[in-house]
Amino acid sequence: MMRRQIPLALCFIFGVFMTIQYFIPHHSVADMQERILMWLQTLLAFAFLLGTVSLIKLHYHKIRNRADDRAYSFVALAGLLTMIGLGFFHPSHNLPGSPFSQMFLNVQVPIEATMFSLLAFYIASAAFRAFRARTLEATLLLVAASIVMLGRVPIGDLIHEGLPQATRWILEVPNLASKRGVMIGVGLGMMSTALKIILGIERAWMGGGD
Amino acid sequence: MTMKLLRSLTFLAVVSLAVCACAQDARPDSSAAMSLDTVPPAPITCLEARDYVDNSDAGDKIHITWSLSADDGGGMSDVASYQLWRSEGAEAGWDSLGVAAAGQTSYLDETAEPGVDYYYGVAAFDGVNYSEQTSFGPVAGRTNFFQKTRVSVLVLMLVFFGMVLVFTKLAERGADLFVRRIPGLNAIEEAVGRATEMGRPVLYVPGIGEIDNIMTIASLTILSHVAKITARYETPLIVPTARAVVMSAAEEVVKEAYAAVGKPDGYNPDNIRYLSDAQFAFAGAVNGIMLREKPAANLYMGAFWAESLLLAETGFEAGAIQVAGTAMVSQLPFFVTACDFTLMGEELYAASAYLSREPKLLGGLKGSDWMKVLSITIMATGVIIYLLNPDNAFVAWFSSQ
Repeated sequence: MMRRQIPLALCFIFGVFMTIQYFIPHHSVADMQERILMWLQTLLAFAFLLGTVSLIKLHYHKIRNRADDRAYSFVALAGLLTMIGLGFFHPSHNLPGSPFSQMFLNVQVPIEATMFSLLAFYIASAAFRAFRARTLEATLLLVAASIVMLGRVPIGDLIHEGLPQATRWILEVPNLASKRGVMIGVGLGMMSTALKIILGIERAWMGGGD
Repeated sequence: MTMKLLRSLTFLAVVSLAVCACAQDARPDSSAAMSLDTVPPAPITCLEARDYVDNSDAGDKIHITWSLSADDGGGMSDVASYQLWRSEGAEAGWDSLGVAAAGQTSYLDETAEPGVDYYYGVAAFDGVNYSEQTSFGPVAGRTNFFQKTRVSVLVLMLVFFGMVLVFTKLAERGADLFVRRIPGLNAIEEAVGRATEMGRPVLYVPGIGEIDNIMTIASLTILSHVAKITARYETPLIVPTARAVVMSAAEEVVKEAYAAVGKPDGYNPDNIRYLSDAQFAFAGAVNGIMLREKPAANLYMGAFWAESLLLAETGFEAGAIQVAGTAMVSQLPFFVTACDFTLMGEELYAASAYLSREPKLLGGLKGSDWMKVLSITIMATGVIIYLLNPDNAFVAWFSSQ
């Protein structure tokens, strides 16, 4: 019983406080809000340890159970332990050019950049599928996308001087109007969800039930 | 004849020399006029000073506003700056407070003592002379307990909360509340059923938002419903997370959901995984799960950024049935393109009520719908009124908040 009531009470107290502080400009309330956000940061830092333990446990189990893909687990654990070792125990870990920063700059950053660059190819393949003019909606999408793409590159202006203006109109009128429509719905949905959680009407985030 | 010509030329030369001499004399005269400018600029008008309320109000700020001197941008157009003074009494001396550039019509005094009455003086300065000083006072800074500029937000919020609570009460009393069909949410159970038939797991990605993101919380409520379905069907549910706190919350949600349907033993803690906080490392790891563990159904619900298409396109290539839901407008086109069903914007927040069909939650949905009707009415009225009269109080009340 208490296991549910305490989180619900805390949720109510802090939820109400964070809502009303928006309307109370007094500096003591602003200080309190800042303090609560600091608590949140502290909680997140501790939770990070939980995440690391979970990661190690998962890959350890895979290696111990001789899972088919355990080679990846070896690589993940080796990377994790190497970076922890270099970060905690290397004397110059926080200096530029240290093995820690070298590993970060020369391994992590290029790998992440590679993943990000793959997005260009993914967009191309997704766009190819989306632009097949099988229905009226897909045809409209194809036409609008063609105008916008051509209007955004220098050759568009050479093909027809009205293309950049048409692009701007598509982006600023129908596109922006639809975006704002979605945003209004999103805003109301967020407020409604927040209210239901603060008042304890919505409890599924705690695993559901009463 | 020659003599006449010579006399004319001599006369012309004398006249030219005299003109040049006058011109020479005129030059020092103009610089003298500059240094001897005795005409002060016109004074400022409409000086006002008010207590300034910001988000951390300690009563130490006073906002001073005025209308430009007639010689700033017009008239002599020689105003260089505005000098501000402050006094603690009508009879007390003036202390210099600061300088505002020409063209500026406001200044924020951030050094006021709360509760002390101040008088403010402002004069235009042209580099040589000060205009006549204009004064205003007394005014005191106070610590405020209510942000008056947010009245319209408060009123609309209370109206909205009232609607949600009224419809929740109505629903509790058994009122029949119609909710339109949302194909994306109906597809979730079909997707889990398909995974069960194929003997493959279900992958649920709760986005990469932190736990304080409302989309992540909405996602956890949907996860609870999905976990109950997978628990009933005895289908493995994999939940990769990018945030450690979300992982802890997801563990609790899934464990409770398995217990709620009487299958606590079906819960596998190894399936709720923390992968990485790094956006693309997370995307790479989830793609790895899709390709190695081959889930038959991929559900993406929550806050996504650039990784959305990396995930959805990989899932598409892997042949999984995919349902996505996000309120990130910029990512919706990617999900619409690569997924079988997409919950757009508010549908993500409606999911919990729709799936559970709990009257109390459905009441919240109805409240949102009526608030939308009210918002559209206010916007349409505002547009019409603004077109008829831009200085209308109705428009000012909403736009100043």
